[in-house]
Amino acid sequence: MSALEKDSEQKKNEAKQAGEIFLQELSRKPSNDSSFFSKLWSAIQIPFLAIFSGLFLGALIIVFTSPDVYEAFSKGLGTGLKAVFSVVGNAYGALFAGAFGSPSKIMEALRTGEKIDRVFKPISQSLVETTPYLLSGLALALGFRAVVFNVGGEGQIYVGGTAAAFVGFAFADLPRAIHLPLSVLVGIIAGGIWGFIPGWLKAKTGSHEVINTIMLNYIALRLVEFLLTGPMTKAGSGGMPISNSVQESAKIPLIFKKPLTLHWGFLFALLMAVLIWFFLFKTKWGFNLQMAGANKHAAKYAGLNIGIWTVLGMTISGALNGLCGANQVLGVTYTMGLGVSAGYGFDSIALALLANNNPLGCILSALLFGLLRTGSRNMMSNTGIPLDIVSIVQAFILMFIAAPAIIRTVYHLRAKKTQAPAAVNVSGWGGK
Amino acid sequence: MIKAKPVYLKHEVSPRDRIMGFVFLLLGLFVLLVFNRHFSADTVTTFAMTPGGITRGMMSDWLIQTNRTLWICGILLFLIGAYQFVFGFGRRSNLILILVSLIFVFAFTVYVAANKMLNLAGLLASALSMAVPIILGGFCGILCERAGVVNIAIEGMMLMGAMLGSVVGSTTKNIWLGLAAAMLGGGILALVHAWLSIKYKINQIVSGTVINIFSTGMTSYISSMYLQNFPNLNKTPRFPSVAIPGLADIPFIGPIIFDNSLFVYGMFLLLILLQFGLFKTRWGLRLRAVGEHPKAADTLGINVFKTRYMAVILGGLLAGFAGAYFSLGSVGRFDEGMTSGKGFIGLAAMIFGNWIPFRTMLAGILFGFADSLSSSVSILGSSIPGQFINMLPYLVTIVVLAGVVGSSSGPAASGTPYEKE
Repeated sequence: MSALEKDSEQKKNEAKQAGEIFLQELSRKPSNDSSFFSKLWSAIQIPFLAIFSGLFLGALIIVFTSPDVYEAFSKGLGTGLKAVFSVVGNAYGALFAGAFGSPSKIMEALRTGEKIDRVFKPISQSLVETTPYLLSGLALALGFRAVVFNVGGEGQIYVGGTAAAFVGFAFADLPRAIHLPLSVLVGIIAGGIWGFIPGWLKAKTGSHEVINTIMLNYIALRLVEFLLTGPMTKAGSGGMPISNSVQESAKIPLIFKKPLTLHWGFLFALLMAVLIWFFLFKTKWGFNLQMAGANKHAAKYAGLNIGIWTVLGMTISGALNGLCGANQVLGVTYTMGLGVSAGYGFDSIALALLANNNPLGCILSALLFGLLRTGSRNMMSNTGIPLDIVSIVQAFILMFIAAPAIIRTVYHLRAKKTQAPAAVNVSGWGGK
Repeated sequence: MIKAKPVYLKHEVSPRDRIMGFVFLLLGLFVLLVFNRHFSADTVTTFAMTPGGITRGMMSDWLIQTNRTLWICGILLFLIGAYQFVFGFGRRSNLILILVSLIFVFAFTVYVAANKMLNLAGLLASALSMAVPIILGGFCGILCERAGVVNIAIEGMMLMGAMLGSVVGSTTKNIWLGLAAAMLGGGILALVHAWLSIKYKINQIVSGTVINIFSTGMTSYISSMYLQNFPNLNKTPRFPSVAIPGLADIPFIGPIIFDNSLFVYGMFLLLILLQFGLFKTRWGLRLRAVGEHPKAADTLGINVFKTRYMAVILGGLLAGFAGAYFSLGSVGRFDEGMTSGKGFIGLAAMIFGNWIPFRTMLAGILFGFADSLSSSVSILGSSIPGQFINMLPYLVTIVVLAGVVGSSSGPAASGTPYEKE
């Protein structure tokens, strides 16, 4: 047998084995030997402990950078420790109040029936902030399921938002029933194109999507900057990169009245999460998408064209990010500016991994990120602690989620028998 | 799976060469028809040949007849393109590509500065200084990836270096301590990256993202907590420009290359060290072996983990040095997000330079040139928006990575964690 035949024989065997493992994984029955709660705990312990540890390390950073604490420790150990707890308590208390509103005031308002809109403002704001995280998180989760690593969220959000803004202000006198869906659709398409490019490049030339999406982020930034200072600029903005405001008919309507900024985009994003979940786990296409990514050999033997599924995964992922941009422009800012994405594209990497790339789990982790982000504004104005602490906490959460071994070591947990495979490994940047 | 590449005989022209030739032809036509549209025979482009504010190595201005020069450039491009299309330059294609790019860029500057004055020496000097962090970032990437660890955290390490350099430089009023702190900051983040990706074997892109998010958050946190309230913490002395006696007096070249701060000289020194170290020493051979085939390297008794740790940490020190350039070398303070993606461009320069230090430096200078050209162009008030020139490096990287122009192949094991059996 020649070396070449041997090689192909070996590959065939590998593929067979891999396919069997994959099928086993899919048809694995949940074990019934433990109670519901212990099962639940083993499912959520890592994310829960990761969030807890992230917040704890964030608290440590707050303590170590607080001048008050050092001052208190110079007076004595007791006052120092008291200061530690009060600084952290104040900070996280303000974070909580900023994210949910103050419970006592809510009770009061519900009892008397006054100022109801005012007390629900924080939670409404949190949900508004949750929406882009959810959409971008879904994009990442779907990408990871298809084993493509879409780091291009920022760029896709930019182009999606810009395209939606353009349709939003350029067409006057359209009824809302046409104008709004059209704007959203154009945003989705623009984001999809921005995701299609690296997907196609990967399928066609093998060049790695991570570096291509990073490059496309910067291309999108420059392109949008040019459009916003040039052809699309707001009259009289004096060279500031900002677009015209979108027409009234292209704005996403609010669910409640004015002080509550929650808009229908939030419910739409929830719907998207359910749809993506259904697509991934209940349809043949979703199964193919995951299989093409998870196991190339098995997929090839099942007769799938891997390239097409890679392109599709990247395109849908980009489209979801485009939707995220459109949502921000049409539902929140009503105008396209360079600040439209506050790092959603990067933060949602942590978000998706926290949710174990499950679209429904993304709802919860997006909620967490939205609450943190909204609460941090209140924390900043009340206690002077910069809201960037949230980014630091998110970085820690991502680290612990990605390396559960750290969590297990710290909390003396036993390792699970079956470990989820790492999302995507980069092996080189590809190219011919 | 290895796809066999079609083999072309010497007299045959590959489709790639044809495409290249076609593009060259188009560039030639572009110069002739677009650039040289409405210039009369007496239009003059003036290039100043000494950077502003420099008194040594003077050179008189260079007056160019716009019309005639553009004709020559265009016809030259056209002829090269025609030859490439019909016969093909074969193995010399890449060299020709560089030549064509140079001619085109020259024609572009002649066109942009027609009837005006452009400080060519200033343009090149600022290109070099803008290229320094890109090149150093690229070197960081080379060190890590040659040892098999993908590092997209260069940006974060630079940012941390810039912040620490500024803070320590301001409090101690000692630039050298500032530089040491910056490098240390980059090194510590690199240690975390190495620890996460080598010990815990987590996805190296995720690990890099952790560091980028953390570093952006941490530097902004410190900045708005302290630096904005206590401006004295953010006012560091800078590394001065040092003119090398003798060499700085050479006209044109002297003021551009030999009258710079420590960072430019350091970059050249590191270039020589890295180029020599990677390809001519035992250390470099081992490092590359670990990146190409860790198992084989392990069998031969090279400690894969140790080598990778060493490479990543050295890379982090380099990235910290690059970060110090922003605060200690350039503006003398730290601003939030002041690295503005230079770390990622460094990564692009590394790929463009095919993981080779010398080529990475050339790529970095090209990217720096695009940066400085775009700002010059917007000052001159050209009809071509600077953003499009800014976009070029990223586009070029995508094209290079796709294998259309030249070829890029990184270390084989880059990005895969090593499992010891």
